[in-house]
Amino acid sequence: MKYTEEHLKEELKDKEYEFGFTTEIESEKAPNGINEEIIRFISGKKNEPEWLLEYRLNALKVWQEMVEPEWVHVKYQKPDFQGISYYAAPKKKKELKSLDEVDPEIRKTMDRLGISLEEQKKLTGVAVDFVMDSVSVATSFKEKLGELGIIFMSFSEAVQKHPDLVKKYLGTVVPTSDNFYAALNSAVFSDGSFCYIPKGVRCPMELSTYFRINESGTGQFERTLVVADEGSYVSYLEGCTAPQRDENQLHAAVVELIALDNAEIKYSTVQNWYPGDKDGKGGVFNFVTKRGLCETNAKISWTQVETGSAVTWKYPSCVLKGDNSIGEFYSVAVTNNYQQADTGTKMIHIGKNTKSTVISKGISAGFSQNSYRGLVKIGKGATNARNFSQCDSLLMTDRCGAHTFPYIECENSTAQLEHEATTSKIGEDQIFYCLQRGISEEKAISLIVNGYAKEVLNKLPMEFAVEAQKLLEISLENSVG
Amino acid sequence: MGEQIIKIEGLKAEIDGKEILKGINLTVNTGEIHAIMGPNGSGKSTLSSVLAGREEYEVTGGSVDYLGKDLLELDPEERSWEGLFLAFQYPVEIPGVSNINFLKTALAEKAKYQGREAMPAKEFLALVKEKSALVELSDKLKNRSVNEGFSGGEKKRNEIFQMAMLEPRLSILDETDSGLDIDALRIVANGVNTLKTENNATIVITHYQRLLDYIVPDFVHVLYDGRIIRTGDKNLALELEERGYDWLIKEFA
Ligand SMILES: Nc1ncnc2c1ncn2[C@@H]1O[C@H](COP(=O)(O)OP(=O)(O)O)[C@@H](O)[C@H]1O
Ligand SMILES: [Mg+2]
Repeated sequence: MKYTEEHLKEELKDKEYEFGFTTEIESEKAPNGINEEIIRFISGKKNEPEWLLEYRLNALKVWQEMVEPEWVHVKYQKPDFQGISYYAAPKKKKELKSLDEVDPEIRKTMDRLGISLEEQKKLTGVAVDFVMDSVSVATSFKEKLGELGIIFMSFSEAVQKHPDLVKKYLGTVVPTSDNFYAALNSAVFSDGSFCYIPKGVRCPMELSTYFRINESGTGQFERTLVVADEGSYVSYLEGCTAPQRDENQLHAAVVELIALDNAEIKYSTVQNWYPGDKDGKGGVFNFVTKRGLCETNAKISWTQVETGSAVTWKYPSCVLKGDNSIGEFYSVAVTNNYQQADTGTKMIHIGKNTKSTVISKGISAGFSQNSYRGLVKIGKGATNARNFSQCDSLLMTDRCGAHTFPYIECENSTAQLEHEATTSKIGEDQIFYCLQRGISEEKAISLIVNGYAKEVLNKLPMEFAVEAQKLLEISLENSVG
Repeated sequence: MGEQIIKIEGLKAEIDGKEILKGINLTVNTGEIHAIMGPNGSGKSTLSSVLAGREEYEVTGGSVDYLGKDLLELDPEERSWEGLFLAFQYPVEIPGVSNINFLKTALAEKAKYQGREAMPAKEFLALVKEKSALVELSDKLKNRSVNEGFSGGEKKRNEIFQMAMLEPRLSILDETDSGLDIDALRIVANGVNTLKTENNATIVITHYQRLLDYIVPDFVHVLYDGRIIRTGDKNLALELEERGYDWLIKEFA
């Protein structure tokens, strides 16, 4: 069966989705709407080189000719693209004087996640008296990276300081015309991260966008580009477990990874955008295009824990172009209340002896809908390609839905493909067994769910894994039924 | 005679509108072992589930005093914290959760309830070592997911291991002997006997007298159609072995 965006459309269903959304007045802000003039305004504000302006303008043309997809399984009110302002001066979060001013709900969650007071302040925009310690940690972190020749900065800064690198790789993995949201992002992307690891360098620490959180806001059209040069290694963390509120409904990010010969990129995401309230009101729409390119002997692993957003549409993918290259996808996606998630991966095997592994664990609660959608494509030249896919779904209630759509396109008969799928309902027997041993229901659910998702959580860097576990626990509170 | 642990009076319970327990009377004191026997479907597992607090069963009459508390008012986890333990007839599997993590969580929750500090890791591991030796549970099984891929016998030994870790006041063993070969039966019985003190009590549910060769009961009760129709000493079990249940049922009818 051929997999196209058209199929996606068919599979996703229309449902009314209401949300209330307010935008704060910005001092330096483009007028609402999107057109050539606005693009020139954005590019000019950012003092971008001519080639990048051209890149954006071309993307605008491409986007204007595209039609916004209709999702068969996902219901939401489509954004009014002419009603959005596409440029705002790097937004400073409203500065708060103390944590007492932060929404108590958010604080409670952060406490339970075990996030330190210092970090809580940073995350919520409370004025921080940087203790000497954390300043020096950040400084020595930068020094260390600098010594190794590692570039890690905001995308805008990289455009100014390393234009050749950005120009060489931007859009090479996710072409502008890839899909509606990628085209939109290419035209109007606000900012994001750029990372380059030189030949043969093993990045000694996890690179976290979190380190840059105070340097620049990223906004709703984030652009990330990670290049691992030959023989290098990097582990990159994106997002954080703390609840993220944003007045922007639509988030359309693009992430491109490039692993040159013998390089390895580990990309881990914890996503906890505001999912909307219990009745499905509000919440972020997250339409993300993530893709990695592997050259010879290279390896890319995507690991994601998705608990937030009202609507998530996201398929981190690997193009296994080089011989012997490896692609991996480990995912836990939780949906509760009225959340809708449609996630999965595409593994495109082009080179010989390429190998891919897909482990997807969906957890549905409340009235939510959780879909796994995956494509494994074996090209003509991909002799001896191998794929193993396992897609499990766990249902917490009788009212939620789990769907699995595996697509396979195979043009080479030497390929070995294995697919396993299971669906189970969280067992009353399991919960009662825990209760009888003195483990309360909340803890029991957390144990069972974390056990279920263990294969994926184990792939996360240690400090992330602990928080992610607690996040699952919190996301699924009172969810059995 | 020891102190009273549990006193069940006129206990009635139903599921889906069907009455299963029709008035159970049973008192258990410390230091005692009670055997409950009876044909399949007579309500033995229902009784243990009701005592452990399984929600699906509705208690429609009677009372249960447990260590001076109204047992029926307690949540299942509170019953556990108060020292009630049920070794399940069919222990469930919990994939991805190691036996050790499971027990550590259980012990920590109990400690929290009792207002104690959770046991330090070192002490906990020492306890695991000591208690698992009791039922000859290998290290491999301790670290594996709870009951996942365990043989029938291993699951039952694991139940007794958990019992040993939780040090209950009242243990209810629901057909812990079913599916055990003779060696496993001896191991399980030996574990149960070792755990017996003057301060706790055990209810052994079985429908074979075989187990009672190893765990010698002070009382034997016959449960039939939701009622205890006969109580005797260990000789009653031997008699049942020889003659079956029919004569008793006839007498009762
Ligand atoms: N979930 C249930 N729904 C309906 N009937 C049940 C349920 N569980 C048990 N029963 C019935 O209750 C009776 C007693 O069962 P049980 O307590 O398991 O007996 P025992 O353990 O003595 O074999 C049987 O007739 C059984 O069919
Ligand atoms: Mg039974």
